[in-house]
Amino acid sequence: MNGTIPAPTIEYALLAPMLVVFGAAIIGVLVEAFAPRYLRSAIHKPLTLLTLAGAFVITIWQARTGIPTTPSAMGAVAVDGPALFIWGTILVLAFVSVLLINDEGHFVASAAAVPGSAEEERALTEGATHTEVYPLVLFAVGGMLLFPAANDLLAMFVALEVMSLPLYLLCGLARRRRLLSQEAAVKYFLLGAFSSAFFLYGTALLYGYAGSVDLAKINTALGSVGGQDTLLYIGVAMLGVGLLFKIGAAPFQAWKPDVYQGSPTPITALMASGTLVAAFGALLRVFWVALGGLEWSWTPIMWGVAILTMVVGAILAITQTDIKRMLAYSSIAHGGFLLIGVVALGNNQQQNASALSALLFYLVAYGFTTVGAFAVVTTVRDAGGEAWHLSRWAGLGKRRPLVAVVFSLFLLAFAGIPLTSGFFGKYAVFQAAVAAGATPLVVVGVVSSAIAAFFYVRVIVLMFFSDPAADGPSVVIPGGTWAVGAVAVLATVVLGVFPQPVLDLAHTAAQSLFVR
Amino acid sequence: MTTHYLVLSALLFVIGGVGVLVRRNAIVVFMCVELMLNACNLAFVTFARQNGNLDGQVIAFFVMIVAAAEVVIGLAIIVTIFRTRRSASVDDVNLLKY
Repeated sequence: MNGTIPAPTIEYALLAPMLVVFGAAIIGVLVEAFAPRYLRSAIHKPLTLLTLAGAFVITIWQARTGIPTTPSAMGAVAVDGPALFIWGTILVLAFVSVLLINDEGHFVASAAAVPGSAEEERALTEGATHTEVYPLVLFAVGGMLLFPAANDLLAMFVALEVMSLPLYLLCGLARRRRLLSQEAAVKYFLLGAFSSAFFLYGTALLYGYAGSVDLAKINTALGSVGGQDTLLYIGVAMLGVGLLFKIGAAPFQAWKPDVYQGSPTPITALMASGTLVAAFGALLRVFWVALGGLEWSWTPIMWGVAILTMVVGAILAITQTDIKRMLAYSSIAHGGFLLIGVVALGNNQQQNASALSALLFYLVAYGFTTVGAFAVVTTVRDAGGEAWHLSRWAGLGKRRPLVAVVFSLFLLAFAGIPLTSGFFGKYAVFQAAVAAGATPLVVVGVVSSAIAAFFYVRVIVLMFFSDPAADGPSVVIPGGTWAVGAVAVLATVVLGVFPQPVLDLAHTAAQSLFVR
Repeated sequence: MTTHYLVLSALLFVIGGVGVLVRRNAIVVFMCVELMLNACNLAFVTFARQNGNLDGQVIAFFVMIVAAAEVVIGLAIIVTIFRTRRSASVDDVNLLKY
């Protein structure tokens, strides 16, 4: 230390997608501050969509001009093949979710007004609306982009919070059933903050063990530091708790049904797709890059978590009578299927690359289907808001065949029926797991898929083979939701019939694994 | 002797963790989470001393800023639910279940 500090170098071009999203989010905040109320919505909608599209174009351009082989931004961010693939996926899913958010009537007129008060009445008659939703969504998407690309645990923690904090707020902004929405926000916030404290303490212990929070340096320390195993193991466990919570893996799944049910449905769509993709990216990076040398220690635990997650998700989904809770448990079960891929870390690079590409494909396939399913949920409405109770969906196939057919397609994709995207996703992950010797796990996966198929099919039967109620829900499909449904159907069918281009893309992205 | 600081940090973390699990008032639960974050800070600073580099001290600043942001959002959410239900007890938010 001679008193001089070397200036850090930041590769702005490589970080451009994130910078664009964060920059637009800040512009969005300024719009909220300075633009008159009647203009805000008209500014935010194109700004948000153009930002996400622009960031996607930059990501594609980066992937074509060559993927860097070293971490960027002084080792804090790794813009590698998997990161670029995940960025592209998140940006497209966020774009589609924003189309859903754009449609009227999802968000509260004034979140500060007590439900049922004169103040709320006034806000409603004035036609007020929370356009703050758009900058919040952009901040959350920015966090989602940084989370899977973070190459040290500090950047990962900051990204975790940047992603989560806006989502906590967005959860509480539903226009209908505001008590449920606020409750979802409180639960998500308290449990999320609790779990991120675990993540942080785990980071502290690993820093104590390795002397650095850099993922690659932690991996190096695994071989060289001796006599501090307690620090290491407790640190890994606590870090794992923080990451598995975000995925909603059992036994940390309790928040998921409550939050998914209470949140405004477009936000649920964003969380169920974008957050899951980002959290899996981060989980893979931590466990494969930083803790790859410790594989023998964490794999058995991860086996247990994967089995528990699949079984709990599939079995509890059967008992649900609420469509959004059912989809939440389905999302938990899918988290379990994806964890099979995380465990499928083999002993040679070729095998690992195929496991990683299988996971990436699964994430794309599941992301589109889930956004589509929640889009359908927004369209089936009672007088008091969306019709969540399954009994209200009875006979939908007779009254609105198209909506019922589309929803059935998504459910079949969740179940993993051939000719839908879900089939190839599951097939690729299970195949990689068998190659890595995790056959018992695959057996559990297949069994829980079968259990899950039962309740998906039950909903389809309910929609097509029971008589519609006389006072059944109405189906309203605004323009944005139409587009979301069309995109999701297209993705589900195309990935189910011609999966090869996306499989190839995922394979190329996964080829060199994560940079170190 | 950095061990004492680590023991204190672990104690604070456990007190915070137990507080989150047993306390009823959402504000107190949230204060316990903040206590856990401060326990993390103490651990970071201690390890920085032990490892002989400054990373841990810098991280402590990041954690403080993140905790501050979390306070803003957390209090906003808790105040909203208090205004609706006239109660900040986490036992009263029980509409979403099973």
